[in-house]
Amino acid sequence: MVTVASLTRRTPTRAATRQRRARFLAAVGQHSVAIVLVIIFLAPFGFIVMTALMSDAQALSGSLWPHPFRWANFHDVFTSTRLMRYAGNTMIYALLSTAGVLISSIPVAYALSRLRWRGRQLALVVVLAAMMLPTQVTVVPQYVMFAKLHWVGHLAPLIVPNFFGDAFSIFLLRQFFLTIPQDYVDAARVDGAGEWRILLSVVVPLARPAISAVALFSFLYAWNDFFGPLLYVGENTSNWTLSVALANFRSLYHVQWNLTMAATLLFMLPVLILFLAAQKAFIEGVTLTGVKG
Amino acid sequence: MTVATTAPPDAAQQAAAQQAARRRSARRAARRRRLTVLAFMSPWVVGFGVFFAYPLVTTAVLSFTHYDLLSSPKFIGLANYRFMARDPNFWPSVRNSAWMILIAVPVTVAFAFCVALTVSKAKRGATALRTVFYLPTLAPPVAATLGFVFLLNPRTGPINQVLALLHLPQPLWFDDPHLAKPSLTLLGMWGVGAIMIIFLAALLDVPVHLYEAAALDGANAWQRLVHVTLPTISPVILFAVITGVIDGLQYFTQGYVAGTVAGGGDAGAGSGSSLGYPEGSTLFYPVWLYQQGFQYFHMGYASAMAVVLFVISLVVTAALLRSARHWVHTASGSW
Repeated sequence: MVTVASLTRRTPTRAATRQRRARFLAAVGQHSVAIVLVIIFLAPFGFIVMTALMSDAQALSGSLWPHPFRWANFHDVFTSTRLMRYAGNTMIYALLSTAGVLISSIPVAYALSRLRWRGRQLALVVVLAAMMLPTQVTVVPQYVMFAKLHWVGHLAPLIVPNFFGDAFSIFLLRQFFLTIPQDYVDAARVDGAGEWRILLSVVVPLARPAISAVALFSFLYAWNDFFGPLLYVGENTSNWTLSVALANFRSLYHVQWNLTMAATLLFMLPVLILFLAAQKAFIEGVTLTGVKG
Repeated sequence: MTVATTAPPDAAQQAAAQQAARRRSARRAARRRRLTVLAFMSPWVVGFGVFFAYPLVTTAVLSFTHYDLLSSPKFIGLANYRFMARDPNFWPSVRNSAWMILIAVPVTVAFAFCVALTVSKAKRGATALRTVFYLPTLAPPVAATLGFVFLLNPRTGPINQVLALLHLPQPLWFDDPHLAKPSLTLLGMWGVGAIMIIFLAALLDVPVHLYEAAALDGANAWQRLVHVTLPTISPVILFAVITGVIDGLQYFTQGYVAGTVAGGGDAGAGSGSSLGYPEGSTLFYPVWLYQQGFQYFHMGYASAMAVVLFVISLVVTAALLRSARHWVHTASGSW
């Protein structure tokens, strides 16, 4: 059977070829908008990669293809800056923030969804309001507070607030906790489990998609954050995060676009890898944020 | 329970005692429950107090003072608010932020919808398409902005090279005060993935029988889009618009980095000589607030700007939610 099939495929009639080509062209036509969009969305990445592989002179010449490929750019970025130091700072900020958000927001979301108490509705409204408040509204007194603690210049002002609940994460987790059937919770309660036991052994395992989404978003937020690090560690170069370092990179290296783009690429890379590894959790999480409450 | 077997005269007394005991234990349970709630809520109670409520009140108080962080705040009444009228950068920064909210947000949301529609119509490779369109969202804003300043660099940038090959005009992009904000809008459209995914999920959720009914009534594709798709997903459109407006109100990083890098300056703290380049066209409200508060240490004035931002965000959000009654459709009648 296999041989017959491959034989017939290998000796197509002219009509069949024409038909297949017609079908292919129709598909291209149907998907032409999608194809153009794909090219537009990927082009910036393409140009950035190409420039990151050029010599300095070539990057300024306006040519589009590296000749020759200069892989040493990546090496130069590492040796000419304290990149590892900045990456380490960014990693500390991102990991500790994520831990803080999870530890603090999960119990709050539980109290706002599975416990019944007076004032719960009001507390939820307050969380929503905090979520909508622009950061800059409260930034001056926060800065003054951290300045008085002598924390300005350190990563602490960026990390510590995350241990006291993050409005967006609380809301997202609450929405998900609400979808967990009451039966599971009741069964645990009949077995004599306290609220902490129910949270840790029933709700948390069932809410893994939402919890991983919150973890990913918290990590990403800290990794990408610029306003916070600029404010609190902008003056202290040894505590710079990658975003502050990269914003200063070009002036430090006198318009060397090739090195700047190589650094840009290195900054994007961990996040892109994280996404490709946890794509499903990302997409589910984003969809979750759009589910109306 | 030996008491239960004794003579009836004690029964009334005993019942009362039992009831009291039950009430006491109920009260104890209620107190325990309240304590549990408090324990679960405690991170947020502290966090809300220290990082929201207290700063909010303090901002309002500081807005009536002259304060530079070194000496203690000096009460100056409404002087900070009066200065806004004379501050040459205040109104331009309001206009720049308003531009992002009134023009960039609708354009971006509409674009996100079109991209989602394209993905939902794809017969093959929808997952791959979704991945490609989501990918740019992940690029750190500083990196994405640097990338775009380079791509749209007027002399040697790849985009203008391509335009030159096609014999098309080559704009000055981030160097042209009229095109700096449209260039930032392009950057925003590139990073539209998150909203696109939310739209896509909503589009795939539209019940098929609605389309079939509309088709039976002789509705063409355009009519189906306007009368079936858009009303059905209107709650998601509201969500996208509100999220966009909130982001627009605090639009900082891209404007700050584009202004300083395109202006040839250094984007670090303490400089800011080229903030708003070119010609103040990227000086957004939060950027000006940042510069006043944390580069000039005019913390009283920055607080007054924060109070104005707070009032504006309240008014805008309330207006959006109120308008939603007229154009957002839901099964339950309220969203």
